[in-house]
Amino acid sequence: MSDTILEIDSLSAGYGDFIAVDKVSMTVEKGQIVSLIGLNGAGKTTLINTVAGLQKPDGGTVRFKGEDITSLSADKIVAKGLSLVPQGGRCFNRMSVQDNLLMGGFTKSARKKLKETLGHVYELFPDLADMKKRPAGALSGGQRQMVAIGRALMARPDCLIFDEISLGLSPAVIKDIYRRIIKINEEEKTSVILIEQDTRRALNASDSFYVMLKGRVVLSGKSSGIDSETLKKAYFGI
Amino acid sequence: MYFVQVIVNGILLGSVYALLGVGMTMIFGIVKLTNLAHGEFVVLGAYLSTVLAPLLGIDPVLTLVFTVPLMFLTGFLLQYFLIGRAMKKGAEAALLVTFGLSIILQDGMLMIFTADARHIVASYSMMTVSVGALEVSVLHLVLFAISLVSILSLSAFLKYTHTGRAIRATADDSDAAALSGVNISKVYSIAMGIAMASAAVAGLCVGMKWTYYPSSGGSYLLIAFVVVVIGGMGSVPGTMVAGVLFGLAQVIGGANYGLLISYVMLLIVLVIRPKGIFGK
Repeated sequence: MSDTILEIDSLSAGYGDFIAVDKVSMTVEKGQIVSLIGLNGAGKTTLINTVAGLQKPDGGTVRFKGEDITSLSADKIVAKGLSLVPQGGRCFNRMSVQDNLLMGGFTKSARKKLKETLGHVYELFPDLADMKKRPAGALSGGQRQMVAIGRALMARPDCLIFDEISLGLSPAVIKDIYRRIIKINEEEKTSVILIEQDTRRALNASDSFYVMLKGRVVLSGKSSGIDSETLKKAYFGI
Repeated sequence: MYFVQVIVNGILLGSVYALLGVGMTMIFGIVKLTNLAHGEFVVLGAYLSTVLAPLLGIDPVLTLVFTVPLMFLTGFLLQYFLIGRAMKKGAEAALLVTFGLSIILQDGMLMIFTADARHIVASYSMMTVSVGALEVSVLHLVLFAISLVSILSLSAFLKYTHTGRAIRATADDSDAAALSGVNISKVYSIAMGIAMASAAVAGLCVGMKWTYYPSSGGSYLLIAFVVVVIGGMGSVPGTMVAGVLFGLAQVIGGANYGLLISYVMLLIVLVIRPKGIFGK
């Protein structure tokens, strides 16, 4: 019995004739933080959107907790315990903060412990408790990211994927959010995938990393002790 | 006093126009689809009540107990097995499917019910009550009560239930809703079910107020369109306000100028606030 929670095997996806993700393989161990870094347009978002079921794959398989989830739709995958915080958070802007969080606990299994989980999320993000009645669209960018993270946590996931969580946020807010991600990882033993353009921050926070370029994984390994020259070459493809 | 009388009538009738728009606006806002068959759904609802009331020997309003669930189920299945599948091929395909549905329904009703004018009669259809110097038609009060109860319970459903929340979330961002565990095609089907159930209620109301034919759907669709666009697509409160405005225009303008006033109103809204009064 291995401790692998998520296993992506030569997954391909694209838009029409354009291949955005080309036979990518990736493994995430239980309780680990993995960072997925790469330039804009490297295929990171397409890869995880395909994993999360928002997009149909053109080939390959995704196994989560030993189960094939390749052809499942997004709502079924969330129910299995794999949650994605999409790029830009994508809060329900016209709904209140509390309704956003309650939506996160929509799956049958999460609904049983809705109140308990909600209390836990408010503990982790006390700011949100103070503005639960306000529409999410009226909050700042950082606050909206917190709502998005809280919403994903409401599903009580075993694996959480963050797509460029730091995009457009101030360094202080980014630092705060990363602190909480690490806390979630340590306390709940939740596996985490961080998609980032900020290489240094992602490497510092993660156990292992993957670098994507033009739809392929060009480098991977343990996050500690990677020398910056090798990384730079892989990252820019030089 | 005449003026107050007109306003009261306008508001009472306006609730029926709002009801016509509600089903349309839900499909606009949630499924992001223009449902060209909505008028025929309304007429179908009217026929169902027309047939059921004498058959069961009950007041026409009570037929809703049967027609609302029946129409909800029909809407759900139509969306799940037909329109939803067409949507995968693109918005145009789905639009054409609703257009096809409207033709099939219209001709089907023509075959079954003939082209004769129909009207739903209740024991109180001709009664009036006096409130001070006001003369109010009992029928108008009943229609107002039915519409108000329907729209308010729909709003409460959307606001306070798990399913209602999922519907609002889907309208806001369907991908994010899917990522929260919402089965989007099921939500679309429920929305179409609700739209069709609202058409059952609207059908009863228009059938009690006016005469109708199998071909009346087009004019109801047009009213629904105007109400939805003035109120703001996808907004239930907007639809209520626009419905009342539309009702006032009909009553003030009468048979000659009623529609003219409402279309001028529509043009003004489109010029000044294209999103509609409550549009987001």
